[in-house]
Amino acid sequence: MAESVKNAAAEITDAGIVGGAAKLTPEKIEKVINNVLKAEGGARLKTYVDICAHCGLCSEACHFYLSHDNDPKFSPAGKVKQTVWEIIKKKGRVDVEFIKRASEIASTECNLCRRCVMYCPFGIDIAYLLLTVRRICHKLGITPQYIQDTAHSHSATANQMWVKEDEWIDSLMWQEDEARAEIPDLRIPLEKEGADIFYSVIGPEPKFRAQLIYQAAVIMHVAGMNWTMPATPGWDNSDMCMFTGDFEMMARLKKIHFESAARLKVKKIVMGECGHAFRSVHDVGNRALSWKMPPIPVIHAIEFYYELIRDGKIKIAKKFDKPVTFHDPCNTVRGRGLHEMGRYVANATCETLIEMHPNREHNYCCGAGGGVINCGPPYKMSRIDGDKIKAEQLAAVKAKGAQTIIAPCHNCHGGLEDLIHHHKLDMNIKFLGDIIYETMEKPE
Amino acid sequence: MHDIYDFVSGPMVWVSLIIFAAGCIYRFISMALLAKEKDPFLYNYMSPYHALRSIFHWLTPFGSENMRKNPVFTIVAFSFHICVVIAPLFLFAHIILIKQSWNVSWWFISDTMADIMTLIVIASCVFFLIRRIVRPEVKFLTSASDYIILAMVAAPFITGFWTYHQFAGCRIMGIIHILSGEILLAAIPFTRLSHMIFFPISRGYIGSEFGAIRHAKDW
Repeated sequence: MAESVKNAAAEITDAGIVGGAAKLTPEKIEKVINNVLKAEGGARLKTYVDICAHCGLCSEACHFYLSHDNDPKFSPAGKVKQTVWEIIKKKGRVDVEFIKRASEIASTECNLCRRCVMYCPFGIDIAYLLLTVRRICHKLGITPQYIQDTAHSHSATANQMWVKEDEWIDSLMWQEDEARAEIPDLRIPLEKEGADIFYSVIGPEPKFRAQLIYQAAVIMHVAGMNWTMPATPGWDNSDMCMFTGDFEMMARLKKIHFESAARLKVKKIVMGECGHAFRSVHDVGNRALSWKMPPIPVIHAIEFYYELIRDGKIKIAKKFDKPVTFHDPCNTVRGRGLHEMGRYVANATCETLIEMHPNREHNYCCGAGGGVINCGPPYKMSRIDGDKIKAEQLAAVKAKGAQTIIAPCHNCHGGLEDLIHHHKLDMNIKFLGDIIYETMEKPE
Repeated sequence: MHDIYDFVSGPMVWVSLIIFAAGCIYRFISMALLAKEKDPFLYNYMSPYHALRSIFHWLTPFGSENMRKNPVFTIVAFSFHICVVIAPLFLFAHIILIKQSWNVSWWFISDTMADIMTLIVIASCVFFLIRRIVRPEVKFLTSASDYIILAMVAAPFITGFWTYHQFAGCRIMGIIHILSGEILLAAIPFTRLSHMIFFPISRGYIGSEFGAIRHAKDW
């Protein structure tokens, strides 16, 4: 196993890492590392490195470690050892090969899912340490190509998928048109000042999964919500810059998003079923803008649907009759504790919910989050191999009868689809919105 | 021999106590100031309720998922930490020495109890050592300093046990016992043993993040 890892390390082919590394010199690496450590590596970094007792108790938390037959190179602290400890020990005097591998470890072998944080007796935020490595790699210009392209899209268009302004509006009007065939008086209200709800989604929704906007519009309409979406950039709440370590761009993205909501004078922001975007808006991006908590209340779709069903705004006509299981996305469970609300919605809309184990805060990561799936084809197989344990967890719940996985997160869909396909699990994946749309009472 | 004994049991005690106390205060204050300068948000996000909630869970045996997954380690780790603090602080012989020097004294444990606790500490250190060598995920993280720290912790207990039971060479062992205890005390603020100072802070902070911001458990 150790041998195969070594070989993998020797064959870094990612254009972003290889191309970026070609422009690096040891002097530049040393300078950039020390600048980051000096300017940004404060008390947290120092304390975490100082007190880690090298006990290895974080290992069993990591799906990469478990999936690689307990190879210590994939344990959370093992990844910190191969990156942060070396960097600090050598005071930044590391070579180009080292930093190439560090980029790969931090960006493609850690999902920043924070499960290990719950397993460290000292509560060391290991995800933060590896994100610091990504930050260094960003400043060195050796971020993996595919995710860097996404970050470029964010910079150029303020959305993740190079969606142009007119294409965005067109997509909404197209979905409105489609939905009006079903509900003739349905609207997707654009730029409605003073609406209660600002509904924001991630770039891939208009790009690949436009039906989700259709479904959300139907849910909003039936529930009688006073809602709107912006016709300007700021509609995309996603944030790959948060994951590449481009914190300046992350702050700009969150500013555009919050300002669009503020311009429309809404009461709250409701977000579609995306995990990382929620992490960015609820937790990380607001801090970059010096807001302790988001300046406008932010609610994830799970919580929104929970409220709609609890308050009787949405009624279920006929429950989903195939047995389902619920996958807790890291960013809504360890990021916001929405596990019970998710189950409330699942139980209200489905006849049978079978739990996977572990679940809730202890659920295994889908393998795609933290920008790992965004690192694209060069890392697809290492991502799938790195989450074998998730496939085993899914196979176990399938054996208990679950056919459908509810995963209220886009990244989780991507990751779980690849796992299901690769391991021939023959299960299907749905969003909560899919299930609600399918089972709710709609006007005749 | 007497001169060395007088030296390690006299001025060296003061030196080690001062390094320990001043070192702890220095480390704590300098870290607090660094946090104020570089990570001021740490103060804003600290939530006393959630911090204490997290600390409480992690100071309760089997109070976290990971402790339940590793029952042997949990039992050893808790017994070790309890004994490593209680045994030296409440040892009759130590209290007598302190009473002779400064005329202050406090409650003490029986010598049998002290013996048992000392053996628990020594056995725990052996367990940690073996674990470090045998378990690949621990071995991978291990550097020479980990063995040195383990030896530094075990030394005062091994030599103390040796001296109390008056095994061969107990006089020289007594001197080594005092010296190794002093070295350990002085090393606490400046090594990974500083988790003694920083555990409540790091645990409390992540407890606050998980509890107050993310509304989730962290155990």
